[in-house]
Amino acid sequence: MEEVKLMKGNEAIAHAAIRYGADGYFGYPITPQSEVLETLAELRPWETTGMVVLQAESEVAAINMVYGGAATGRAVMTSSSSPGVSLKQEGISYLAASELPALILNVMRGGPGLGTIQPSQADYFQATKGGGHGDYHLIVLAPSTVQEMADFVGLGFDLAFKYRTPAMILADGIVGQMMEKVVLPEQRPRRTEEELRAQCPWAACGRGDRDHRNVVTSLELQSDKMERNNERFQKTYRAIEANEVRYQEYFTDDAEYLIVAFGSVARICLKAIEDARAKGVKVGMLRPITLWPFPTAEIARLAKQVKGILTVELNAGQMIEDVRLSVEGTVPVHHFGRMGGMIPNPGEVLEALSACFTDLKF
Amino acid sequence: MTQEEIIRPENKVYSRPDLLCDVHTHYCPGCSHGVVHKIIAQVLDEMGVADRTIGIAPVGCAVFAYNYIDVDWIEAAHGRAPALATAANRLNPGRLVFTYQGDGDLSAIGTAETIHACNRGENIAIIFINNAIYGMTGGQMAPTTLLGMKTATTPYGRRADLNGYPLAITPLLAQLDGTCYVTRQAVHTPAAVNKAKRAIRKAFENALAGKGTSVVEVVATCNSGWKMTPAQSNQWMAEHMFEKYPLGDLKDVESKTK
Amino acid sequence: MAKVYGAVTIDTNRCKGCDLCVVSCPADVLLLQPQEVNDRGYHYAYAANPEKCIGCAACATVCPDACIEVYRVVEK
Repeated sequence: MEEVKLMKGNEAIAHAAIRYGADGYFGYPITPQSEVLETLAELRPWETTGMVVLQAESEVAAINMVYGGAATGRAVMTSSSSPGVSLKQEGISYLAASELPALILNVMRGGPGLGTIQPSQADYFQATKGGGHGDYHLIVLAPSTVQEMADFVGLGFDLAFKYRTPAMILADGIVGQMMEKVVLPEQRPRRTEEELRAQCPWAACGRGDRDHRNVVTSLELQSDKMERNNERFQKTYRAIEANEVRYQEYFTDDAEYLIVAFGSVARICLKAIEDARAKGVKVGMLRPITLWPFPTAEIARLAKQVKGILTVELNAGQMIEDVRLSVEGTVPVHHFGRMGGMIPNPGEVLEALSACFTDLKF
Repeated sequence: MTQEEIIRPENKVYSRPDLLCDVHTHYCPGCSHGVVHKIIAQVLDEMGVADRTIGIAPVGCAVFAYNYIDVDWIEAAHGRAPALATAANRLNPGRLVFTYQGDGDLSAIGTAETIHACNRGENIAIIFINNAIYGMTGGQMAPTTLLGMKTATTPYGRRADLNGYPLAITPLLAQLDGTCYVTRQAVHTPAAVNKAKRAIRKAFENALAGKGTSVVEVVATCNSGWKMTPAQSNQWMAEHMFEKYPLGDLKDVESKTK
Repeated sequence: MAKVYGAVTIDTNRCKGCDLCVVSCPADVLLLQPQEVNDRGYHYAYAANPEKCIGCAACATVCPDACIEVYRVVEK
């Protein structure tokens, strides 16, 4: 029988990482995600699975430890929150450019600057549009439950290794701190040295009996070769866009109005939709699970059916740009957001709906 | 005895190391990097560990070190080599992991990563090339640039009031509990090269034996940056650099405990 | 007394003419080519006085481009 546990989203990440068979975690404390490192330290996986857990001297060092570990073919991850993830951007760009799989968790807090330690979704641009320098994308997964926090560790690692590119779990302080029921994945063994060498023939883990050396680098001074590298990255991104879009639809069959929301906010919106429907207003929702690749085609399809779209975000309006690009002006798209740790309630979402769409009355 | 009689395989006493790749290096004529690369390759050959070595290359002139020594390499972001080495080593037991870093990489932008890797006593070897200048970017001031020394960003000579003091970082590293061996070497004479080679071997053996962090600083020249000939540079180094950066062991835990 | 014979071979195309081998040689064996250059334009080192070589390998030891190999015969 499945074992149901009650824990915080951040704790679920730690448990799931061990159970996935992750090889290493490198992190630096920052609110509201420090429980990831704390939980790992308490669980002592180095005594069971052999997973390495290390508190680094900075976020910069932590992401570069991830880079070093990933370059040897190991399944490694880090976690942080917004200001710390800004510090990690250099390393993330290098991971993308060196085509290295890795998992990065951002439990977002309000910014800019030190901002607040309260929940936010203001790093959407940073996560989905690059964040660091150069033409690259991360695979970005947006969990809205503690269960998804646990599940996306395995999904994130699997996608990262499948496409040889870093993946990010873009959570917010609500999902990170909230306690909820969760069924943890089965414990898997860590990959053996032989499995690693077979699965990651590119890994710079020591030549062994290979007849050539492996070099992991993001540097290419010859412009024609660098362009070819970039074209290869873009080919990978097109494949990810074609194969890995994930989303969930709620009440869209007959919806006349559509809400697009991700992460914890989608849960608030779901309650608002239930309230609206109780009053006879047909509102539906699309919740992007992958923020990159973005469910562009699905939103475009729904745009043909609805009178208008409202994005609800814990920011000043970021995902709305991708929604507008998806619908290409066919329907009005409005934004409702709260910032700096302020969380809207379902009533506010309904008020925003009726304010944006004047024919809508509750 | 004719040249033909002498030049026979059985009489060979000095060979190009097998581990050096058959390519021209991008280094300027006379650059110390070439000498240090060569002795690293020799040591790896002699220890027979090329199959389990991971080198971490820096940003700086030695960024292409990975093109020259035939082992697995990871190219780090500027200054982050010790962080990469930390993970590469902890996740892959039994490997020889070493970083190769210049003075900008190790003692400016990477100071934090260097100090903390040493303080954790990571079982890695750090090869630190100190030529008191930024070579790759065109000869700007390094933390280790001597007072009075002219560089592209101190064209009238380094001044303490404007630019701060030359940073001797290895004595700092020697104070940390995690380091087991900290030494300062040079490669300007045959004797110095042989001594530096022995130091690198010891550092690599320490890393494999899990004794903690070893740091081998090589006080080096940058004749292009210094605007001298290679031979003049060696002389200038001996006359000026060794006063601030004296050669010799700063710490050797093994010899102390005996 | 034993007599020592030495010889060097120089990969002239790899040589960058840095002069460090010339300076380090205790027997004045080596010089840089005054006129000739290699494929990449360097005045490469050569054994101007090969008969003087004692095979001490000082030149090879300091060579940054590992282009010198050394041979030695000790005749008793």
